[in-house]
Amino acid sequence: MAVNSLRRAIVIALPAAALAQSEGVLELHVVARRFRFDPETLRVRAGVPVLLRLTSPEVPMGFNLPDFGVRTDIVPGKEAQLRFTPQRTGQFTFLCDVFCGNGHENMSGTLEVHG
Amino acid sequence: MTELDRRQFLQLAAFGGAVFSSALPGVARAAADDFYFVQLSDTHWGFEGPENPDAHGTLPKAIAAVNALAEQPDFVIFTGDLTHTTEDGRERRRRLAEFQQQARALKVREVRYIPGEHDAALDQGKAFSEFFGPTHYVFDHRGVHFIVLDNVSDPAAKLGDAQLAWLQADLQGQPRDARIVVFAHRPLFDLYPQWDWATRDGAQALELLQAQTNVVVFYGHIHQENHHMTGAIAHHSAKSLIFPLPAPGSQPKRTPVAWDPSQPYRGLGFREVEAEPDTPRYVLSELPVTRG
Ligand SMILES: [Cu+2]
Repeated sequence: MAVNSLRRAIVIALPAAALAQSEGVLELHVVARRFRFDPETLRVRAGVPVLLRLTSPEVPMGFNLPDFGVRTDIVPGKEAQLRFTPQRTGQFTFLCDVFCGNGHENMSGTLEVHG
Repeated sequence: MTELDRRQFLQLAAFGGAVFSSALPGVARAAADDFYFVQLSDTHWGFEGPENPDAHGTLPKAIAAVNALAEQPDFVIFTGDLTHTTEDGRERRRRLAEFQQQARALKVREVRYIPGEHDAALDQGKAFSEFFGPTHYVFDHRGVHFIVLDNVSDPAAKLGDAQLAWLQADLQGQPRDARIVVFAHRPLFDLYPQWDWATRDGAQALELLQAQTNVVVFYGHIHQENHHMTGAIAHHSAKSLIFPLPAPGSQPKRTPVAWDPSQPYRGLGFREVEAEPDTPRYVLSELPVTRG
């Protein structure tokens, strides 16, 4: 536990480029399309830092993972990044929280955190 | 006057042709500022799908049900998602026009509207305003101050700093114990953010409202009844007139409740809100679209 939180503190302090290279960081690419996330299921490990690299090819979107208190806007033409370390196992919903058109309500996915 | 009193009165009135101020035995006499309004919500005009095979008929039925009330409300308010989303601005205006035409069948003279994200988020409320005027506003009725908030025209579900400043200025002009009723489309508190049932900066609005002692909020968006307290403020969501949604977090996905042919219109309906004259009490009555 103490090791994990120490690692988390270090990871957060690192710039993105260093992060992607650093060991033990899970880097995942997510594309926010109208009207689904690709992929819709993200599998991660508890205690392992995650770097999400998010793009939206069409219109502004949001990525919100309320259970972990992380969210970002995703603007077309610009990669958004989210860093967090899940400490709880289970299935957690992430969703688009920027109204993006007819189908917005279906735009959600699942973060699976394994032990 | 309690709900029971009014019901008793309406029954008596129906049989005896009595007027409100008559001294009926056992029935309290209504004070001058006793009144009630009707909330309809989430009509999604333009929606098509198996979730409601009578998508075109439900709103007219609800309007007929309101018109058939024994005593007409002081006003009717539609709390958003009047129309279903379309990317096409012309089609959006066509749906708003059709919706407006339907609403004109209401006998009540005073009808008020607020936008939902389906009406307003793709064009920041432009088309809605062409038909129904400002997306946030205040009005006063029989000693109650009504505040309509817009947490949908910003696609990120924000009230925004300008509207929050406007709210603050409005509240500063009110006594601390003023009777205040707030209407919004989305919940102002974090009901279930996993299904986007929240307002990004709703906590800031609630902080302003908490300084008042006598506030109640009515909203829509979640297509079901829900009652929740934040501090001393009660929040009441309304049923929809298109399809019900599941209880917050009760299933993995926010898929609509399926239409049940054996119980058509189940879970749909509208609400009467009776404002009592001397106490900050509101009596809520949920009414079905049709009495089956
Ligand atoms: Cu979206």
